[in-house]
Parts: sequence; structure tokens; C-alpha cells
Amino acid sequence: MSVYDLFQIYEHDVLVIGAGGAGLRAAIEASNRGARVGVVCKSLLGKAHTVMAEGGMAAAMGTVDDRDNWEVHFADTMRGGQYVNNPVMAELHAKESPERVRELEAWGAVFDRTRDGRILQRNFGGHRYPRLAHVGDRTGLELIRTLQDHGVHCGMQVYMEMTVVSLLKSGERVVGAVGYDRERGRFHLWKAGAVVLATGGVGKSYRITSNSWEGTGDGHSLAYHAGAELRDMEFVQFHPTGMVWPPSVRGILVTEGVRGEGGILLNSEGRRFMFDDIPENYRQQVAATPEEGWRYVCGDRDALRPPELLTRDHVARCINREIKAGRGSPHGGVYLDIAWIRENMANAPGHIRKKLPSMYHQFKELAGVDITAERMEVGPTTHYMMGGVAVDGETQSSTVPGLYAAGEVAAGLHGANRLGGNSLSDLLVFGKRAGEYAAAFATEHGHKEPDAAQLEDIVRDIERPFARASGENAFSLHHELQDVMQDRVGIVRTQGEMEEAVAKIAELKQRYADVAVAGHREFNSGWHTALDLHCMLTVSEAIALSALARQESRGAHFREDCPEKTAEGATYNLVVRKGDDGAMQIRREPVLEMREALREIIERNR
Amino acid sequence: MSETNQSQPKRRFDIWRTKGDASSGGEGAFERYETEVGEGMVVLDCVHRIQAEQANDLAVRWNCKAGKCGSCSAEINGMPRLLCMTRMDSFSPDEIISIEPMRTFPTVRDLVADVRWNYQVKEKIRPFEPIAPQAADGTHRMMHEDVERIQEFRKCIECFLCQDVCHVLRDHQKFDEFDGPRFFQFTAGLEMHPLDAADRIPDLKHRAGIGYCNITKCCTNVCPENIRITDNAIIPMKERVADRFYDPLMRLLRFVFQRPSANR
Repeated sequence: MSVYDLFQIYEHDVLVIGAGGAGLRAAIEASNRGARVGVVCKSLLGKAHTVMAEGGMAAAMGTVDDRDNWEVHFADTMRGGQYVNNPVMAELHAKESPERVRELEAWGAVFDRTRDGRILQRNFGGHRYPRLAHVGDRTGLELIRTLQDHGVHCGMQVYMEMTVVSLLKSGERVVGAVGYDRERGRFHLWKAGAVVLATGGVGKSYRITSNSWEGTGDGHSLAYHAGAELRDMEFVQFHPTGMVWPPSVRGILVTEGVRGEGGILLNSEGRRFMFDDIPENYRQQVAATPEEGWRYVCGDRDALRPPELLTRDHVARCINREIKAGRGSPHGGVYLDIAWIRENMANAPGHIRKKLPSMYHQFKELAGVDITAERMEVGPTTHYMMGGVAVDGETQSSTVPGLYAAGEVAAGLHGANRLGGNSLSDLLVFGKRAGEYAAAFATEHGHKEPDAAQLEDIVRDIERPFARASGENAFSLHHELQDVMQDRVGIVRTQGEMEEAVAKIAELKQRYADVAVAGHREFNSGWHTALDLHCMLTVSEAIALSALARQESRGAHFREDCPEKTAEGATYNLVVRKGDDGAMQIRREPVLEMREALREIIERNR
Repeated sequence: MSETNQSQPKRRFDIWRTKGDASSGGEGAFERYETEVGEGMVVLDCVHRIQAEQANDLAVRWNCKAGKCGSCSAEINGMPRLLCMTRMDSFSPDEIISIEPMRTFPTVRDLVADVRWNYQVKEKIRPFEPIAPQAADGTHRMMHEDVERIQEFRKCIECFLCQDVCHVLRDHQKFDEFDGPRFFQFTAGLEMHPLDAADRIPDLKHRAGIGYCNITKCCTNVCPENIRITDNAIIPMKERVADRFYDPLMRLLRFVFQRPSANR
């Protein structure tokens, strides 16, 4: 029997792994360019984590404030990312996102409107002008549903509830992937001219996260083990506001849109603590008084933003500080208050329900809190991975031929910290580019048979947990990993704790080799967890090693033992790859040189 | 943080477990489980706890755990509900809670239903066709008042609970003749879209079988997004079908005005 007989085999020009915003946009683009496209997704179509995106997508359309343009958006993105972003991506993103938003509208998306019937834009942290096209607080759902409904008529083949466990190579080039379906546990093999990774984030490596079970860093791990480089892995975004109570919903996202609509943060003493600590590089952009902050929320063009709308890294750290100083709420968070706008607005409860319907619903149903009358309890939650597969800014190609990456799994656009709203536009801009260039690569290079020897290794690896009668429990190992990442490589980091984390991850990797799973391959969540754990261990090691290597604080990476930014820190990115001996290697690479014109834009927008 | 480890009350659950492998057609029985329930827990938390502690191979589909993705649809005490949005404190303290898959669709395994039929139906519906941009700058204009009513439909998370409860599908099995409430509402969202140019009214009557719906509002009652499916989507679509096909005056006018072209 040939090893091929173990698989159901499919052939596509472009295989897209992941069906969130980036994956679907890539699939649509590749299909429109004539490629035969397959899309593999772990969930049902339309359920990917993109649905959880709430606030909106950033695009400098200037419909609310006509002073906005791509240059300001570019400068905001670079400032937010603390200048270790890939400037090529930041420029393309700022220039192309308005067109991607309008294109979505032409595919049926229904954004909230301005009085004169254009797309309404809202304020968000780190964006100088109102810039987020949105649909109440369920923009992600609108985006994914629009792409899904448009995409299914473009001719793509969708493989639902299947998980890819390895990429296939022919020599240096990626030529396909293998995976399993959850329903039966059968093996599947996709041959492809090019592969686009669009697998999203890594949040499940942490205990408190806004990510669903899917966020296990599959794409990061697939790329790494196929020889691609990862970069910026030390930059993990902790969203300042996740739910903290009841325990079963801890970590679920509370949109920044609450603050965009005027929500304020208070400690247990009732103090609006965000006014106490304004970072140097934003001092020129923050309101002097609460009154000015409210005018900004109401659209006064001369007012500056309230400090709650500073970047996420800073807000998360301030909240963390209040909690640690004993000024937190009863369940270990702080208060987020939108109900206070009643003081300034006649129909505040109606306004809140209209602007933040799913937040209203979420708190009412899950926490028994009426946000139009009561304060919410919130605290930081692991939300987004700035780091990921190192890609070419224009083509989204990784360092391995035939392998592309877009969206959260790709690195570069966001640098050390992502601005809210820049993710949905990222998905569209670079999803499209990845689809375009992957299709072109497939056309140019055609198909190649994968090397057969690797298949036997892959099958042995994925069946291994069944091979022993007893051993380590996958769920327990996962919880241990989450604890060490949460407690040792979290919002506030120190050398000693991270060294402990690296040692613990090494121990977990050892024990992982002894994982045992009972039962059979059908819908076996123990087995699925065991396979996901392989990815999470890889990603966690990359995060911990990178965080150790960056001996300064920048953006989302904050070290208590070296709390300042260094001049040198702005000059390099950290790059991780698998060495020939199988061990993880880390090195510095100079930050990509910026064109003089872009430098001037940044200066003009200081 | 103040998560307590003090002993929590145990609650009883009857969970549907299929027998044999996936080829057995979803045959099975309820099995009794007991697990501890803490403050604020939802039914999905209990299912996960049982899965982790007692039944590693219990199959359940879920994703966002915040009522936004519509993956964890099931029947709880006989009612179509989302597992993640059903709080344990909504039941009386000694109530045994039964959990089974959506029964209108084939069962894949345990609590997981095969909902692929819904995806096939959607592909049959004529997609959005935009009119040319009206504004001088080449972009579209829509007034907020005009988009609000379709934004209600676009809140749909495609949990298919409305499809599960609909007797035309559940009891009468009209899968080949009837699209179901989710897709009438989807079609209504396209038909009422200010920028859409396509006509789906004949399709609603002939292919989608909207006439089978006798507006019992069961779909509206189970919608976790509180979309008024019957009143705001199905009835207006039924009216458009009636205007087109059953209004005698309209029929006469159409007859008169269509004749010349028919003779051409």
C-alpha cells in the first residue's frame, strides 16, 4: 500500500488555510484571477474569529473629518507600532484600505451612514481622526458575511471543519498541505501551486484571552516547521478591556468602541486614572480636561482625544497598574463606564443600545449588567499577535517559495503595537494582495509532487498520541502552558520570569512527546488538543525567546527590568527560524529602511 | 483575582450520545452526567467541564462563546437555544437539563448537527447585484434610515435555530421546496437593500416556497439576535409575492402591458 492511500487527495492552484477575513479575501482574489481555489477552515464557514471584531475597519476616507488622508493614517500606524513596522506595508495599507472598504460595500456590506449618506467613521485609539468604518459594534460579522456571501459565488471549494497539520514541500518549495477532518478523523491531502496562510492568532497559549479555541497559532507553526522565518514574536497585544466576571466569560472582548463613544475608565476610588499618565509621544494629542475629551467624542474638530483612547499597550498597562496597586474592582478589573454620558445626553440609554448593541446584549445576557445604567468590570485580555510570518510587504510571500501569509498570521504592518481598527483593513488589503500574488506564482510555477518521504513522518506524528495506552494528558499540558505564558510572558515581563518560562516550555515539549489519547479519531477533542498543542508550544517558545532577547520596552512588550525604550531598539526586528539541528534560532535584522518621503510624512505628523 | 474554589453545587444533565461511528445515522440515547456549576456559568461551560472530566470524546461544536458566531446551536430541554448564551441560573435548582443536537438536521455525532443543507440553500439565492454608483465621486450613497431595516437582518449569526424550529422543515421535511426562515430573511435583506438591482420575488414563490410559511412566528421566538423574522422579513416578502402574482389589477395591467412585447 502506498502512503497516498491514507489520504483523500485534492488539487488546487491556490490553497488558502483559514476562512476569516484575510483567507476569504485572498480566496476571492485568487478565484477572480482564474485560479482554482480551495479554502480549508477549522470551523463552519462564516464562524471564524473575524466575527468577534467589533469596532470597525480603519480607512482614511475622510467622510467625517476631511483632514484625514493616507499620510496621516500611515503616520498614526507607524507611531502606534513604535517605528519597527514594515513601512512598505504601512504605506500600502494606508493607501489601499479606502478602496477595499468601498469594494466591500459594492459586494453588499451595509455600513452605518453619515447624514449625507456616506460611510460613517468613528474614533478609535491612536487614530488622529474618526477613521473606522463600522456597523454598530458588529463590524467583523458584516465583513465576514459579506465576503462569505460574495465568495461562494466565485467558484472556490470550501473544506469545512478540517485542520491542517503540516505543509508539504518539494525541495525548498511549499507544494501542498495535509490535515484531518474533525467529524471522522480522516486524512486529507491538498496539492497546490501556492499556499496562503490566513490562520489568525495565537491567543490560546494564554489563560486569559479573547480568542476562541481556533487561535492556536497553526499558521505560525506550519510556516516555522516548513522553514519560514517568523518575526516580531515578542509583540503580543493585550487588549485593555476584556470581561472579568463571571469566570466563564473572563477574557471575552469588550470593544474599544465603548471608549470611542465616550466610555471612561475608573478605579475603585472613582478616579479617572488615565489622565494621570500620558506618554511623551502622545502628549500633543491628548485632551487637557474631561470636558475637552467629551467634545472630541462629540466630533469637535478642535478638541483632543480623551486619554482612554491612547494606544492599547499603554491603556492595558495603566489598568494593570491600578489592579496591582489595589485600586481594582471586586473581581480584579477596573470600571468601564459608558452610562455616565447620561449627564450630557438626553437619550443616552437609547444611544448606547444603538451604537453598542452587541455589548449591551453581551453584558445583559452573560453578566446581568445593564451598561446603559451600570459600570462594566473590565481587565486586560490576550487579544492579538503583532508578530508572525515574515513576508514581503508587497506580495505577502514568506521566505519559503510558494508560501504566502496574510492577516494576523503575517508580521510587519503593526510593528510593536497594533492600532484598533487596523486589523480588519489589514485583512482586506493584504488578503487581496496574497491572493493575487499566490495565484500568479501558481500560474508561473505550476504543480509539483510533494516528496513522499515526508508523508510517512507526518502520519506517524499525528497518530502518535494513540500509540501508547497511557501518558501525559493533553488538556493538562495545555493548562500548564497557558499558566506559564500568562504569568511569565504576559503584560509585564522580567528577565528571570522569562527564563523560567523558557525552561518550562522546554520541559513541556519533552512531556509532549509522551502525550497519550484514548478512543478513536472521530470528533476526539483530546486528540485535537494534542495536535494543537504542538503549534502552541512552538509559538510560545518563539514568543518567550524573542521577549528575552529584546532588552528594552517597546509597544506591547514591556519589561519591568528595562522599562525604557532604547535608541537601538528602534533599529532592529527579531527573527526566529528553525535551525538545521531542529533548534529554534533567533537573530536581529535591521528594520526595513524607509523612503525619505515617508520619513517626511512622519515628521509632518508628529 | 477572586475565583473561589469552595465546593459548588452539582447539577444533573442528560446529554445525547450517539452510538457507534458516524455512519450509524445519529442513533443514540441520553446519558446522565453530573458536574459542579459555579456562578455565572452557561450550559456550554457545563458541557465543556463534562467533556474534560468525564467524556473526552463528547462532540460539541462551538467557537466564540459570546453569542456572536452561531456555532453552538442545540436543543436544551427541548428548546432550540445557543449553548453559550443559556445561563445555568435560568433553570430551577434541581431541574435536570437535557441537551441534544438540533433535530431538524441529521446528527453527525453527539451534539453536532449536519447543517450543510443550509449552505447549499444559500448558494441558490441570487447574490447581491449593485446598481452603478450614483455620486459624482464614484461612490454610493445610502441614507441611514434606509439601511436600518436591513441592518436588523444582517445581525443574523447563522445559528440556524430558526430553521431547526420551523415545522415546514422539522415536521414536513420540505427541504427540497422550502428555503426556511433564515433564507427568507436573507432574501428580504437583499430585496430591501437600497443598492441592489436584482429581482428575487418569482424565486421566492416558485423555488423557495415562501407560501408554505403560515406565520406561526416560531422562528422569531427562538432567534438569539431578536430579529423579528416573521413581521419584518417574511410578511413583507409574502406581500411582495402576493402583489406580483395574486393582485388581480396588477395581473391585468401586466397582461395588457406585456402583450406587445410578447407578440414581438
